[in-house]
Amino acid sequence: MIIFDKVTKYYKKNVGLENVSITIDKGDFVFLVGPSGAGKSTFIKLILKEIEADSGTIRVNETEVTTLSNRKIPILRRSIGIVFQDFRLLPKKTVAENVGFAMEIIHKSQRTIKRQVPQILSLVGIGTKGNKYPDELSAGEQQRVAIARAIVNNPTVLIADEPTGNLDPDTAWEIMNLLEQINLRGTTIVMVTHAKDIVDRMNKRVIVIDKGHIVRDNVGAYGPELYEEPCLVTPFEGGVFSEDVE
Amino acid sequence: MLNSMIYSIKQAFIQVFRNRAMSLASIFSITAMLLILGLFFIAVVNINMATEASKKDYETVQVYLLDETTFEDSQLVKDEFDGLEGVESTEYLNKDAALAKWKSKWGESGYLLDSLSNNPLPNSILVTVSELEAADKVVKTAKTMDGIEDIKYYKDTVEKLLKITNFIQISALIIMAFLIIVSVVVVSNTIKLTVLARSREIHMMKYVGATNWFIRGPFLVEGILIGIISALISVGIIAFSYSKISEMIGQDVFIILSTPIVSVSFMTMNLVIIFLAVGVSIGACGSIISMRRFLDT
Repeated sequence: MIIFDKVTKYYKKNVGLENVSITIDKGDFVFLVGPSGAGKSTFIKLILKEIEADSGTIRVNETEVTTLSNRKIPILRRSIGIVFQDFRLLPKKTVAENVGFAMEIIHKSQRTIKRQVPQILSLVGIGTKGNKYPDELSAGEQQRVAIARAIVNNPTVLIADEPTGNLDPDTAWEIMNLLEQINLRGTTIVMVTHAKDIVDRMNKRVIVIDKGHIVRDNVGAYGPELYEEPCLVTPFEGGVFSEDVE
Repeated sequence: MLNSMIYSIKQAFIQVFRNRAMSLASIFSITAMLLILGLFFIAVVNINMATEASKKDYETVQVYLLDETTFEDSQLVKDEFDGLEGVESTEYLNKDAALAKWKSKWGESGYLLDSLSNNPLPNSILVTVSELEAADKVVKTAKTMDGIEDIKYYKDTVEKLLKITNFIQISALIIMAFLIIVSVVVVSNTIKLTVLARSREIHMMKYVGATNWFIRGPFLVEGILIGIISALISVGIIAFSYSKISEMIGQDVFIILSTPIVSVSFMTMNLVIIFLAVGVSIGACGSIISMRRFLDT
């Protein structure tokens, strides 16, 4: 569950978010859409407490994010999984190590890691690839590894930042199916995307952000107000974590 | 807790090995620094020891008697000194005993003194004072007595010696502090390179919820490891050269100079402790400094 209550964040010259209030319930699947620099990135960064809000309150599950001390940020992030457009796998680690490393961080024993990693890998459909290195995999498989890493610690929220941005349409749909399966297990999913046909066909809740405000929030299609944006594959958009946004 | 410690140590070894070139560079620079530090340490310890030894020597006032002063008269003089305030003990030393003492001090080289045709040393009374201030009084009284040829007292020398020792100690400390700062900077830069090389990994670790200490752990151990390796290398080099040098020079020179040399085993033991402490602190500080900015956000 994610609750924003009158959240405002300004940057030196630009508006990040202005007086935004929204609730995303547990188990929801929402698309976060909007033009570049609209505030999507600010929204995600605030959830992860990468940046501080100027005013308002943010809650993720039972945690009051805005007043959270720096020492407790890691605990917050353990309840949030994150998947990026560019996968961000560690090239010198095998697939199994890439996933196991997320478990090492929360002090899981090697025995538990050895037992759970193969399970999670077959869950995301790459059960036989554990000993491969990321560059030996296709883009779609790499994204599956990234998803496995994001969900291996059972987060309640999964943030997907343009997860299909680097994938061809067929592979993109496979990844969407996987995300939907994860959502069916009860994980809240917030997906940032520019892919019109995905949003249209999934028919989920769509939150449109523009110039720091929520301009639309309902279940439905991508919407005509966003048609000037490119579709499905958006090379070099960079996702919400690229430096040029905001 | 135990898991993450094992993880840190394992990762540190992997990192040191993966960044062999940079680790070696760090080890070389810390070793160089420790070697210089070791030289200063040896110098300071030996100078200190020499000063202490000579201070003891100079706590005695040597009263040389005229040759014509009889033994009975000299006993009277001795008694007079005994009565003075601040005098701890007195000792009568006849000229033959004085020569024998000198000879024994020179040890194996003592035969060199056999060539003296007649004993140039006078009879003397050695007055040991309890404190340096009392010596002045002894000297003043002695000057008024009969049968005395000369009074040797090295107060000025002792004071000068103490001043020089102090100066050397302070400058050594300043230079050592400077060297330590330089080493910390070198190590922190090396580790910063490994941190940068792994920035993606660190970034990812933070997203997955790693604590700062969990991220820092391997780098901290890496720094400490580099420190320990450097310390051991430097102790080895210094202990080896010190024992070779003291063997080469031999004990004779030191006896003639009347300053003993600090023993190799004592020096090595102390160097191990000091170098390990300094090396580990440099490594740890270096890595913490290099990580600081990285873990801000």
